[in-house]
Amino acid sequence: MNYLLDAFAWIADPAHQAGPNGIWARLGEHLGYSVVGVLLACLVAVPAGLWVGHTGRGRGLAVGLASAARALPTLGLVTLLGLLLGIGLVGPMIAFVALALPSILAGTYAGVEAADRVAVDGARAAGMTEWQVLTRVELPLGMPLLIGGIRSAFLQVVATATLAAYVGAGGLGRFLFLGLRTQDYPQMLAASLLVVGLALVADIAFGLLQRFATPAGLRTTR
Amino acid sequence: MIEFTCVTKQYPDGTVAVDDFSGQFPPHQTTVLLGSSGCGKTTILRMVNRMVEASSGTITIDGENIAQRDVVPLRRSIGYVMQNAGLLPHRRVIDNIATVPLLNGTPKAEAHARAEELMDLVGLDRSMARRYPNQLSGGQQQRVGVARGLAADPNILLMDEPFGAVDPLVRRDLQAELRRIQSELGKTIVFVTHDVEEAFTLGDQIIILANGGQVAQRGTSEEILAHPANDFVAGFIGLAQGERTLHRSPDGGGVLVDGHGRAVGVLAEEPAP
Repeated sequence: MNYLLDAFAWIADPAHQAGPNGIWARLGEHLGYSVVGVLLACLVAVPAGLWVGHTGRGRGLAVGLASAARALPTLGLVTLLGLLLGIGLVGPMIAFVALALPSILAGTYAGVEAADRVAVDGARAAGMTEWQVLTRVELPLGMPLLIGGIRSAFLQVVATATLAAYVGAGGLGRFLFLGLRTQDYPQMLAASLLVVGLALVADIAFGLLQRFATPAGLRTTR
Repeated sequence: MIEFTCVTKQYPDGTVAVDDFSGQFPPHQTTVLLGSSGCGKTTILRMVNRMVEASSGTITIDGENIAQRDVVPLRRSIGYVMQNAGLLPHRRVIDNIATVPLLNGTPKAEAHARAEELMDLVGLDRSMARRYPNQLSGGQQQRVGVARGLAADPNILLMDEPFGAVDPLVRRDLQAELRRIQSELGKTIVFVTHDVEEAFTLGDQIIILANGGQVAQRGTSEEILAHPANDFVAGFIGLAQGERTLHRSPDGGGVLVDGHGRAVGVLAEEPAP
């Protein structure tokens, strides 16, 4: 209990908040890494997931890749990439992207596949092109699941971004590793609490986004 | 005129859904494809707008081979009404009806005005325009489906068991409405059903299909009732079971009974209108 109070006191200390090594700067770094990692993963996983969901092709491959990527030990990956690429952000960033890919891929194709097949058939029969079927029917109907995929990917990356500090790239993990080396447990706990807080805020934000993205016709009922 | 010549549909797994079907669907008339499930009637229907591609044979519309047309404009030129309506759940009723005109680039105001006229035509209150499909009853959704099929004023309307999922009373209403609409618009309608009553109610021409799209008989309801081509037809339309063989009740009073002795109606003195 003392540690917890000490940790809150550590966070509340103005001396720890400002400056290039302060909480706000590290929090910004941490959030920035997570956002960039997830965005990069989206660039690959969303189009791939749309293609798999729309055409039904490569589904087995996508499922296999997603589960294989989930089994990757992230710390091992960060260490390995750190050794290969040296100190800096590139190694951890690749690891974040690899970590985010499976959830986003799965969320995207699951979303497209979950779109009411009768509605999709009707849209195609009415004369929509395949692109229009995808963008005007499957994508809006699958949006909640797609955002759900990004949501879980983002949470995993926020938790894992702590490891960026392991190869000297900053983020909230910096406090954690510093605390570990100096046996400053309140600081370590403070860092963990900050990561948890960031994850909670992000989760709530994504939850709201998911509700907002649910098409109105699916929210209302008779 | 829609014309099928020796059309076969075989799926990659070897299943033959339609085997060497030939037939004509005359303009401004309702042709009903009648058969039990799995007989290939829906496959024949969906080959008209190329939702299913024929494996061999030719299908022409007004003499033009549809295989040579782009599918997207082809589909937009043909109305399609399906079972369970198949509406877009995230679009309002008015936008669902206006789907095809909007795809064709009709300005929104014009497309919506047209959609409102169609709501009147199919008997939907205009106050429902802003609702979403899941706020409507099954029968109302089906009316929206019919309005959507008619929105681009197509010459051809394909209807795939459109009233199969609504209760019998509503179905009868919808059938009556369709007859009224057809008498106003005179579309070339191809209508798929497994319901004999529905086929007799709506069809100018009825094609009874056995398995694999084999034509068991084609003709008007009168012709089919008077001269069933074979035992299959007689059984399918209920002649063999005595359901359609009517006699005066022995008790008198003009009551008609079927082959099982069940009362089914009364005999009017004056001839049918």
